[in-house]
Amino acid sequence: MSLLTAVLLMPLIGFFVVLFTPRKSKAPYGVALLASLVTFFLSLSLIGPAIANGARFSSVVDSQWIDSPGLQIRLHLGIDGINLWLILLTTLLLPLGIWVSESMIKDRRKTFFALLLLFEFGLIGVFCALDLFVFYVFWEVALVPMYLMVGGWGAGKRGSAAVKFFVYTMLGSVFMLGSIIYLHSQAGTFDYVEIMNALQSGRLTLTATQQLCLFLGFLAAFAVKVPIFPLHTWLPDTYTLAPTPATFLLAAVMSKMGAYGLIRYSLTLAPGGAHRCAPWIAALAIVGIVYGALIALVQSNIKRLIAYSSISHLGFIVLGIFTFRQQGADGAVYQMIAHGLSTGALFLLAGYMEQRRGSMEIADFGGIATPAPGLATAFMIALLASIGLPVLCNFVGEFLVLQGAALARFSWAVWAALGVILSAAYMLWMYQRAFLGKATQQNASMADLSRRDWIPVLPLIALMVWLGVYTQSFMPSISSATSHVLELTGMNDTYRVRVTPGSQPSALRTTPTKVIYVR
Amino acid sequence: MFGNFQPHAAEYLRFLPEIVLCVFGIAVMMLEAVTNEKQKLSLGVISLIGIVAAFAANLWSHTDLGAAFQNMLVVDNYGIFFRGLVLVVGLLCVLASFSYLQREGAQTGEYYALILFSLVGQCILATASDLIMVFIGLEISSIATYILAGFLRDDPRNNESALKYFLLGSFATAFLLYGIAWVYGLAGSTNLDEIRRVLEQPQRMSIVAGLAAGLIFVGLAFKVSVAPFQMWAPDVYQGAAAPISAFMSAGPKAAAFAVFFRLFMTSFRPIDARWIPLVWGCALLSMIVGNFAALVQTNVKRLLGYSSIAHAGYILVALTAASSIGVSAAMFYLASYALMNIGAFVVISYIAARHERHVRIEDLAGLGYREPVTAALLAIFVFSLIGVPLTGGFFAKFYVFQAALDSHLIWLTVLGLINSAIAAYYYLKIIVAIYMREPGEAVAELPAPAASLRAAIWASAFGTLILGIFPSSLLSFVSISASSFR
Repeated sequence: MSLLTAVLLMPLIGFFVVLFTPRKSKAPYGVALLASLVTFFLSLSLIGPAIANGARFSSVVDSQWIDSPGLQIRLHLGIDGINLWLILLTTLLLPLGIWVSESMIKDRRKTFFALLLLFEFGLIGVFCALDLFVFYVFWEVALVPMYLMVGGWGAGKRGSAAVKFFVYTMLGSVFMLGSIIYLHSQAGTFDYVEIMNALQSGRLTLTATQQLCLFLGFLAAFAVKVPIFPLHTWLPDTYTLAPTPATFLLAAVMSKMGAYGLIRYSLTLAPGGAHRCAPWIAALAIVGIVYGALIALVQSNIKRLIAYSSISHLGFIVLGIFTFRQQGADGAVYQMIAHGLSTGALFLLAGYMEQRRGSMEIADFGGIATPAPGLATAFMIALLASIGLPVLCNFVGEFLVLQGAALARFSWAVWAALGVILSAAYMLWMYQRAFLGKATQQNASMADLSRRDWIPVLPLIALMVWLGVYTQSFMPSISSATSHVLELTGMNDTYRVRVTPGSQPSALRTTPTKVIYVR
Repeated sequence: MFGNFQPHAAEYLRFLPEIVLCVFGIAVMMLEAVTNEKQKLSLGVISLIGIVAAFAANLWSHTDLGAAFQNMLVVDNYGIFFRGLVLVVGLLCVLASFSYLQREGAQTGEYYALILFSLVGQCILATASDLIMVFIGLEISSIATYILAGFLRDDPRNNESALKYFLLGSFATAFLLYGIAWVYGLAGSTNLDEIRRVLEQPQRMSIVAGLAAGLIFVGLAFKVSVAPFQMWAPDVYQGAAAPISAFMSAGPKAAAFAVFFRLFMTSFRPIDARWIPLVWGCALLSMIVGNFAALVQTNVKRLLGYSSIAHAGYILVALTAASSIGVSAAMFYLASYALMNIGAFVVISYIAARHERHVRIEDLAGLGYREPVTAALLAIFVFSLIGVPLTGGFFAKFYVFQAALDSHLIWLTVLGLINSAIAAYYYLKIIVAIYMREPGEAVAELPAPAASLRAAIWASAFGTLILGIFPSSLLSFVSISASSFR
């Protein structure tokens, strides 16, 4: 069994083992944590081959799944610089999520742990699939456990929030399914690599209308999932009502599914359509950035505020992708990971606050930095990362996105930068009201983070700093993969820079150093 | 051809499943007279054995394909597939009926005998290659099912269900018979291949042929509950006993669809330009009527009734494609639909309690807390009905829409896909009830499911998942079967 298969199947094996553990014991938790940790350590060994291979796919798995005269589907999986870090993000955050669930989920824990593992299985599959059919299968597989977690363990009107989440996503993804089937009827295969080869070699040509329809079909699914304004209405309810571990994973990794789909499939399969729609989508992304920030400014609920800030930050990712510039694409991928870490940490810490206070209203807090200095410090770091302070992760992503946007059209960068300023405003204002000042009677005795609570927070903070300071560990592999994507779109006809300073990467073995070329 | 009417041994062999079912059906009727109240359950077991034996005979007949009884029947892969399918449906429904009849105090042999006879009719439909056999098969199947629909004589809803089913069913049969008469007048034969040969000749009064095909279409559309001939389905499914609703929504429907496809893809193939628009419209209407009416239902059986109309619409999409991939898509669809729908109905029959008091969606509230295993299996059926990957329902839908797109039915595909997303809304109400509400009164007093019931539910769930994860072998079989239609 190859390494990638092991990484993919480990959570599934864990899922089945958890199903057979006794309900009222520590066993489900132990098994789930063990399975997710094993997955994480296995996934670490994907890094080496992926970096060595540059833009080509590594750790490739290609085996027959369905073999019948009418339908041939291969389980084709592979890793390159774009999905490598997303998979690692997933495999890292899952054990943390399971760790947190142990203290935050009170009833039917066995089912919850099983669903978490099933969710991980779906996510890893989405990120490493190289076959459109397989991609769609995992896309939906990841949706079901998240739906059940939101609806089964959420707060308030969780049922309707969960249904809204599911039906919204489903409405988007059926259009993607239609596009996939249509593409199959044209190309005769679902295999992404084969389709790309056919497109590149001219064996398969799609007319402008076909490309536009295909692009819009894929966009429907991805835009709902990211979400791109105005399809974001499911997000605040879902993020707010979901149980903390689910919100944590939703915001940190699930929202990346859509962005990943955009950069992997939308751009390359229908470049004509992508280019035609790019100005519109960039405009929507900017509206999302500013709108999300403005709405976040007036929220009275901390979770809701982070949810809207998420819409704003995800706008940057979409904007970066549709600049069709190297910097924009690099920034978008970097921002995916950075946003996963910072927003994940924010939701996690907000969950701790909710656990202590039983409420998420900003007005119920105030002055809690005095009784809980640890919590306040951790929150501050995550918050600063989120608003894009240099030295922390989001800065790199947002900076590159803005640079790409400026190259593409300067006014985009100006408007998008407004979002950065606003994010500082709403975040710091919220921090001031919730953490600073004089503690009320109820808050004066609030418990600080325990040692157990710190464990999932520390790796997140460490990574935020690492991504912010030593970009070089991640950027070369991302860059080589995104430049390949841009090459496939064939649309970057004006200006392209490959940002790979040659100072360090003896261990990284990426050959191109500081290549600047103009087409 | 007319020299020797004496059938060969091989022809009896091809007809063996029907013979076995008849023998067991009659045996159960006879034993009914000599068993007391406590022994009635053994009659159910005997009919189970009968169905399994018929299934084995069906597999055996696979070794020697061909026509039987002066080309009245044709045992090909397609026929064997549908015979196997209705037998599996019968098997699951008999299994589910044990504890149901026990609970309602209606354990009798007639019930099982009627299921066996109904299966005989459906097996004949699956292999019929003559309009006369189609009519005979349909009548055998329907009459037994009319009685089954009203089997609980003291229950007014059962009576209503049976009466409605009978009246509208007879009406439909009349249409069918009228169409057959027209076809006979036109082609001078009731043999399906013969009819095709006549219709293939150009200028052969194709308007009249189209009208005849239309009449037959109406008759069959009633049987498979396709809009605008669907009115009876929700009422009948709601009123009948839950295992019988499961049976009606899967068995007779699959058999009627078998005839539908065989007839339209062979006999009426030459005039397909005339019937494709009709089927196109009915497919779309069914999906819309079924899904939108289901959105507002509160009774689960009624909801599944409307959903079955929508599913019939998806299957008609495959017929609209009028290609061999369309036929195989429909076959796959019917197989997975049978499994997931029976599974859902069986779970409902378990929760319904005596006299089916608890059949509203709210009554499912909290099932996930009380009976986590049964709830999880119900969730599998519901997700399969929605069409979530790794379940049979997904592959079925996928395959149907692939067939449609290959035949360039872009609008029908787009509208069908949107419909299937809308359908998610009402199916999810069931999931919301079982996992996201506190246990209600109905669930609180649930006894543990009986072994036979568990077997039926597990078997359906297992089949649903197998079709979703390893569909290769069935896909291969259906595409080989479908290619026998030229």
